Amino acid sequence: MTNTSRSRRAFLKTGGALVVSFSFQPRIAGAQGAAAKAAKTVAIDQVDGFLAIDGKGLVTVFSGKVDLGTGVQTAIAQMAAEELCVPLERVTVIQGDTLLTPDQGVTFGSLSIQNGGVQIRQAAATAREALISDAAGIIGVPRSELVVRDGVATPRSGGRGIAYATLVGERSFNLKLDPKAPLKDPKEYTIVGKSIARVDIPDKVMGKFTYMQDFSRPGMIHARVVRPHAMKASLLSVDDSACRKVPGYLGYVRKGNFLAVTSKTEWGAIKAARAIKAGWSDWQGLPDSSKLWEHVRNGKVVKDEEFQKVGDTGQAMGSPGVRRLSASYDFAIHTHGSIGPSCAVAEFRDGKLTSWSASQQTHLLRKQMANMLGMKPEDVRCIYIEGSGCYGRNGHEDAAADAALIARETGKTVRVQWMREDEHGWDPKGPPTLNDLRAALDDKGNIVAWEAETWIPNRPKDIAVTLVAADHAGLPKEDFHPGNIHQGLAIGYAVPNIKATVHWLAETPFRASWIRTPGRMQNTYANECFLDEAAALAGVDPIEYRLRYLKDPRGVECLERVRKLAGWTPRGTPNPQGDIVKGRGVSYLKYELVRTYIALVADVEVNRRTGKVRVTKCHVAHDCGQIINPDGLRNQIDGNVIQTVSRTLLEELKYDRSRVTSLDWVSYPILKFPDVPEIAYDLIDRPNEKPWGAGEPTAAVVPSAIANAIYDATGKRVRSVPFTPEKVLAALKA
Amino acid sequence: MAKTIQLHVNGKPHKVVADDPDMPLLYALRNDLGLHGPRFGCGLAQCGACTVHVDGKAVRSCAVTVATVEGRKVVTLEGLGSPGKPHPLQAAFIEEQAVQCGYCINGMIMEAAAFLATNPKPSEEHIRAALSNNLCRCGTHVRILRAVKRAAGTAA
Repeated sequence: MTNTSRSRRAFLKTGGALVVSFSFQPRIAGAQGAAAKAAKTVAIDQVDGFLAIDGKGLVTVFSGKVDLGTGVQTAIAQMAAEELCVPLERVTVIQGDTLLTPDQGVTFGSLSIQNGGVQIRQAAATAREALISDAAGIIGVPRSELVVRDGVATPRSGGRGIAYATLVGERSFNLKLDPKAPLKDPKEYTIVGKSIARVDIPDKVMGKFTYMQDFSRPGMIHARVVRPHAMKASLLSVDDSACRKVPGYLGYVRKGNFLAVTSKTEWGAIKAARAIKAGWSDWQGLPDSSKLWEHVRNGKVVKDEEFQKVGDTGQAMGSPGVRRLSASYDFAIHTHGSIGPSCAVAEFRDGKLTSWSASQQTHLLRKQMANMLGMKPEDVRCIYIEGSGCYGRNGHEDAAADAALIARETGKTVRVQWMREDEHGWDPKGPPTLNDLRAALDDKGNIVAWEAETWIPNRPKDIAVTLVAADHAGLPKEDFHPGNIHQGLAIGYAVPNIKATVHWLAETPFRASWIRTPGRMQNTYANECFLDEAAALAGVDPIEYRLRYLKDPRGVECLERVRKLAGWTPRGTPNPQGDIVKGRGVSYLKYELVRTYIALVADVEVNRRTGKVRVTKCHVAHDCGQIINPDGLRNQIDGNVIQTVSRTLLEELKYDRSRVTSLDWVSYPILKFPDVPEIAYDLIDRPNEKPWGAGEPTAAVVPSAIANAIYDATGKRVRSVPFTPEKVLAALKA
Repeated sequence: MAKTIQLHVNGKPHKVVADDPDMPLLYALRNDLGLHGPRFGCGLAQCGACTVHVDGKAVRSCAVTVATVEGRKVVTLEGLGSPGKPHPLQAAFIEEQAVQCGYCINGMIMEAAAFLATNPKPSEEHIRAALSNNLCRCGTHVRILRAVKRAAGTAA
């Protein structure tokens, strides 16, 4: 398998022309025919959309899903190589280039393997089946007599085979993707299911990897954007007299409330951005942060929507003799917090725009930038180059729009690099989320009614997020979409009466977008904490209590396996003694009620004197069906756990009435090495099942497992993320 | 006024013409010398992504000026080892697959290399403390700890 960054460079050197040549010749006719170069299809229903095989038998996979540092590039190559029956080393993956790769949707939602990889696998199966038929025709044997080894279709009885390179090398497949093309029997797998080392890692540890931030073009100039001092302030005046003393300074771009400086050098752009004097109007439209939850609860509701309705909760809640329980949970505003601030390069040639960025959504970005700039989408090409991990829709797309606008205004090839305060201050946020839960228990402690409601920002029809440049420059723009944050509100437990309602809010303080496990994390946190509260009221062990209501055998197995993995003992009434108390909590979820199962036990230590919580270990049982790469899966589980421990214990965006004030790592701290938990895993592999996602599900159960463990340790409930020492101390005193 | 600054980077002398001697070392390394091991993360010496060695000590290259390292020995990730002869930490990070996006990994390796040079047999607690001001957002910490222990020969 070839490293994409290297092959990417080869692609880029051609200035946009395609390295692999394609023709529309029939696959086996006229092998000597001149390969007429033509635009490569990106059609999602064509094998040629996803695959090309060259004259040496090297395979190029064209993936609309991109590797955001998760290892999917390697996993997708494994899936393609396995299904094509070629060695993995022969496969190269090209990712997220609107000219070359099909639109497989945004790289989000834990769908890269489940949807993206599965589509590519099906294209590979279609190609393999067609090539076997072609080979059978040429050799003159029934196709059932042929088997493919290392890209050569060979008669089982022996004799000469015929290679893919001969059958299709350098030419198009001209083949519709067959959704029914038979897949290999997992028993025959030699590549899928193996912990193949990631292709990108050697270059990354040797300093040889080309990240977006390293990419450059000839004649490129550097720009920095100067953002308003208040979020929705108007730009009143600009004085760049001090900038003119900065070596390399070229000038500024002003369009509406959009302001940027340009320089021949990167340091010159940074200095000019600091030196420029911009006058901004006053704006103080943000809510009082100390009253955020009143603001959310009393916000204007666009509409209410029920996402689960079983039986009649109203009647059950009012039944005589039931014990009623209610609680409110809130979850703070979070930032994506990429370690590398967003960066992009934009270039206009002959009225066409080429944009290089680390966007998780190049096809969507193309539409958005075309809309912003009044261009035809086909005149915009967006190319993905891996950047710093983004964990959702962070600032990458905004940097791309900044660069495109500045490039258009200056006529130069422009690199925009966001500074740390740009990333913290201006990337879109995970919105504040408020959940109310109510339940009624009968005299045996059984839940007879369950009601959940949440207050979250409304979603426009299109899942896109406003580009900051379009907004500030007064150009055409989309509304922002927070992601499918209603997911996770409905529960997968067999309770006789359930009602789950979303109150869609007209407004939220900050431009919202999806950040890892959007909505599923917040809703699962509330649901799984509340279930734990119900278990305590019933006087039943929290795992036993969940098993009462869990009818799905795979879910039951997942919970049983985490119980064994953690060496769980039934939890009794908390009995805290001394300053440092220990506890453990459990949480479980079937992701979106239709895919990956996760059960997690968190072990915590709480310092009752200081209020500090330390998560010491997390035990994870994980069933995502067929596992493509077990080591890659463990790596993703680590990321889910550690990042979410950070979000749960520490993270909360700070702001005043005008702007974000969490602008660096001191004002927005994240988890550091001394507080990182140990992690234990039980990976439940089901080779004959569909492969589901693993990039998000584990994160969904982390906050509730921690909250439940804090209760087990202290006998007190914490219901407001993050669980800071101040909040924990307040709960301990309550 | 532009000034020519003599740098000694990865065992070789280099001349950098700096418009501004107060420019952080990071930009000289990345833009003038084309060394992309050190990375821009915060510009505030908070995250560690830009870490290099100056005279064997781990230094945040975003927070030292290019002028102050004149005549001192600078080593970047590229100079620590090569694909043919990787530093034990680089080999260990590959062995342990201790990377997610990898943006922080330069800092993790450079900080750990300087630490192990003076603490060859550290406990896990010491490694955690040594890396406590290097930030990773992907959550690769557990693997990074394993890789550092492996390189130190103290893996359990």
